[in-house]
Amino acid sequence: MPEPKDIILDVRDLKVTFDTPDGPVEAVKGIDLDVRAGETLAVVGESGSGKSQTMMGIMGLLAANGRVTGRAAYRGQDLIGLPIKALNAVRGAKITMIFQEPMSSLDPLYTIGRQICEPIVHHRGGSFRQARTRVLELLELVGIPDPKRRIDSYPHELSGGQRQRVMIAMALANDPDILIADEPTTALDVTIQAQILDLLQSLQTRFGMAVVLITHDLGVVRHVADRVVVMRRGEVVEQGLTTDIFERPQADYTKMLLDAEPRGEKPPVPTSAPILLDGQSVSVDYATGGGLFYKRSGTFRAVDKVSIRLRQGQTIGVVGESGSGKSTLGRALLQLVPASGVIRFDGQDISGFDRKAMRPLRREMQLVFQDPFGSLSPRQTVGEIITEGLYVHEPELSRADRDKRAIEALKEVGLDPQARNRYPHEFSGGQRQRIAIARAMILKPRLVILDEPTSALDRSVQGQVIDLLRSLQDAHGLSYVFISHDLAVIKAMADYVIVMKDGVIVEEGETETLFAAPRQAYTQTLLSAAYTAV
Amino acid sequence: MSDLAQMPAVLPEAASRSLFQLAAMRFRRNRAAMAGSVALVLVALFSFLGPLFISHSYDQVFPSYVSVPPSLEPRPGADSLQGAISSAATRARVTLQAFEVEGQTFIATFTSDAAIDPRTTRYIDRANEFDDTKVTETRDDGRTIVVEGRVSREYFLFGTDSNGRDLVARVMLGGQISLAVGLLASLVSLGIGVLYGATSGYLGGRVDNIMMRFVEILYSLPFVFLVVVLVVFFGRSFILIFLVIGAVEWLDMARIVRGQTLALKRREFVAAAQALGLTDWQIIRRHVVPNTIGPVVVFVTVVVPKVILLESFLSFLGLGVQAPLTSWGALISEGANNIQSAPWLLIFPAIFFVLTLFSLNFVGDGLRDALDPRDR
Repeated sequence: MPEPKDIILDVRDLKVTFDTPDGPVEAVKGIDLDVRAGETLAVVGESGSGKSQTMMGIMGLLAANGRVTGRAAYRGQDLIGLPIKALNAVRGAKITMIFQEPMSSLDPLYTIGRQICEPIVHHRGGSFRQARTRVLELLELVGIPDPKRRIDSYPHELSGGQRQRVMIAMALANDPDILIADEPTTALDVTIQAQILDLLQSLQTRFGMAVVLITHDLGVVRHVADRVVVMRRGEVVEQGLTTDIFERPQADYTKMLLDAEPRGEKPPVPTSAPILLDGQSVSVDYATGGGLFYKRSGTFRAVDKVSIRLRQGQTIGVVGESGSGKSTLGRALLQLVPASGVIRFDGQDISGFDRKAMRPLRREMQLVFQDPFGSLSPRQTVGEIITEGLYVHEPELSRADRDKRAIEALKEVGLDPQARNRYPHEFSGGQRQRIAIARAMILKPRLVILDEPTSALDRSVQGQVIDLLRSLQDAHGLSYVFISHDLAVIKAMADYVIVMKDGVIVEEGETETLFAAPRQAYTQTLLSAAYTAV
Repeated sequence: MSDLAQMPAVLPEAASRSLFQLAAMRFRRNRAAMAGSVALVLVALFSFLGPLFISHSYDQVFPSYVSVPPSLEPRPGADSLQGAISSAATRARVTLQAFEVEGQTFIATFTSDAAIDPRTTRYIDRANEFDDTKVTETRDDGRTIVVEGRVSREYFLFGTDSNGRDLVARVMLGGQISLAVGLLASLVSLGIGVLYGATSGYLGGRVDNIMMRFVEILYSLPFVFLVVVLVVFFGRSFILIFLVIGAVEWLDMARIVRGQTLALKRREFVAAAQALGLTDWQIIRRHVVPNTIGPVVVFVTVVVPKVILLESFLSFLGLGVQAPLTSWGALISEGANNIQSAPWLLIFPAIFFVLTLFSLNFVGDGLRDALDPRDR
């Protein structure tokens, strides 16, 4: 890092307050930070730390019930309380933003060319036709292949990574001084994430703008940032140069964050362990098209002849990017989607079992989902949610017995038994995931398929959920199929890894060997694209 | 170490609130919606409890008061009573000294040159207005008598219709029927629509296809034609109106619920229920239907006024409730026919009708904001 440059954004005592029915809530409690010309500043924090709200407050993009006070001076001009018109001269031109969700940040009704034109025409004047040459330049710059053709594409015709590139092109359109990137790669696969971050870095060196990177991913921070601001509960815990923060963290919280990277490994099970689940050339086809009066037009093969053999006590990690068929495989193994091939559970051939035939087996094989917000019905209490399986599989239990089992299950996953009278929306993400795990565990299953169980959680919470899953495995001799795109988590949880791409197995092997010496090029790309913080 | 790491974290301090309770809180803060609810309750109380407090029944005919305009004064008025007693006095050949009406009784004092025969009271009873006249006091050797009797005075606050029936009672009855039809028919459509829509949406595929095409076929039938056919087959009855209207309105409800279900079906908690081994019916009952409640409740508040309007339309065509029963719709159409001669026949039922529809819309708006908050 060269000598300090000019401070171009100077934030002093910034407060963001939200008015809620239960009184005002301070999301950001008076923080100070500055952005220097040309640097990459990472703002790190877990969900709820106020990192996004800080930037939204500066840009005047808060929700209707939000208020911002303090000072945020861009080259001496205070942006807080500036009339919209004056603010618009700065935002979108001098300070621009890209968001997390490239799927929803683009308007599906306009071509991408038209959308990139918008800020240019708005801030510089001129016609859309004149702006078109500039748009072509920008598309070329952000690495969209064949920009002449792509400029007239609609957002749905582009992949997630390409859309994020379009967003970056939009943000760059007016040569900004500061680019605020709010979790720009969180929704993307690791290989795409690496490409986008490389792109941001190369653009930064070319144009000399400052990048404010808001993220929860310490691996990314370590890889790209010059300076780091660690935020927690609306306050700055620590700030400093990236190397200092990572090598000599001062605050306990920073240490804890760094420490929260998943660690440990799982020893392989002996080959003598009985085989619990045995899938031979499992394939899943989805029909496309079709209706009442016309025939189905084709099929799409999501999983193509995958074989998997899970022993008692084993954890098989299934890794792959989105669209690789790893989740579909998990559901096919549980007969939740129709699959071809042979699946044996505990020696019994269950392939082609219908729902009725599967029902008695369901308690033995359970499923935990990725999204702890979507997997719990919002209109049931936690008690109702976790005892639902008992209602099906042990209907003879009385209400009091069910309640007792619910208390046991909640204790086992480390939640207060009082939780059973509450509703899911009153819990945090990590707590909800514990509830989802309790729902699976109350039936005392032998096989649990974990579909990205930690992906929606903060790192520190992730670590706790992983520890919980491990201790449950030890206590009950469970077998897991652990589906994830997160290699660090897989490495810590699984003793055997299957790498999937486009519905087929690319490579498989014991975790240690596979991570140490990947044989296939795709596995190597995956491993090299994943940034680790430690 | 931070307390983030200490799980189980402390539970939220505030009392546990279900989503429904949160919605109720938001609803209570909405002034227009609360005013609407209060107005609805008042209208309902007026319609259902009101008849206990008035003396006229809805089918009681007052031949002497046909199409009288509304008034706060009792009828007959003091002037016409004065006239009636004077003419009675003239017929009895006595002189009216004093006349006073108080509530349902009158006191009159007559004088004459000779002693007055107490049977003179018959002359007074003969008038329509007076009854049970008795001599209470005799003075001046019988030359002055004070009589007392009942006078039947009626209040017609909203006036009367062309058959001489009290409009207050008619509006109350109309309210009972309109509100009952609105509510019950909405519940019928709610029941059928939610079950049909949830089943169709949840099962999906060919079943969904066939079920929804059936809905479209029903949509294409003209409503009036359907009603006429049903009325011809089953005869006119009060219950039939519920069924007919419910049978038409559930189509919209089914579509809305189906759309909701399609979205819910992809939610992970439904997949989780499948993985637990719940049957389709259990999933529909325990997971799908409770989660469609928000939009459904909002839609019901739209359906109720719609149903009330439909019932009015049917009554207007003569296919709805039959006299002497009535509904707001029927009253309004009757009032519309007499708008020049007796505008009150239109104004009073219309006020209640409009008030109810307005309130329902405000309540519906409030419910939508409360149950479906986008800002959360």
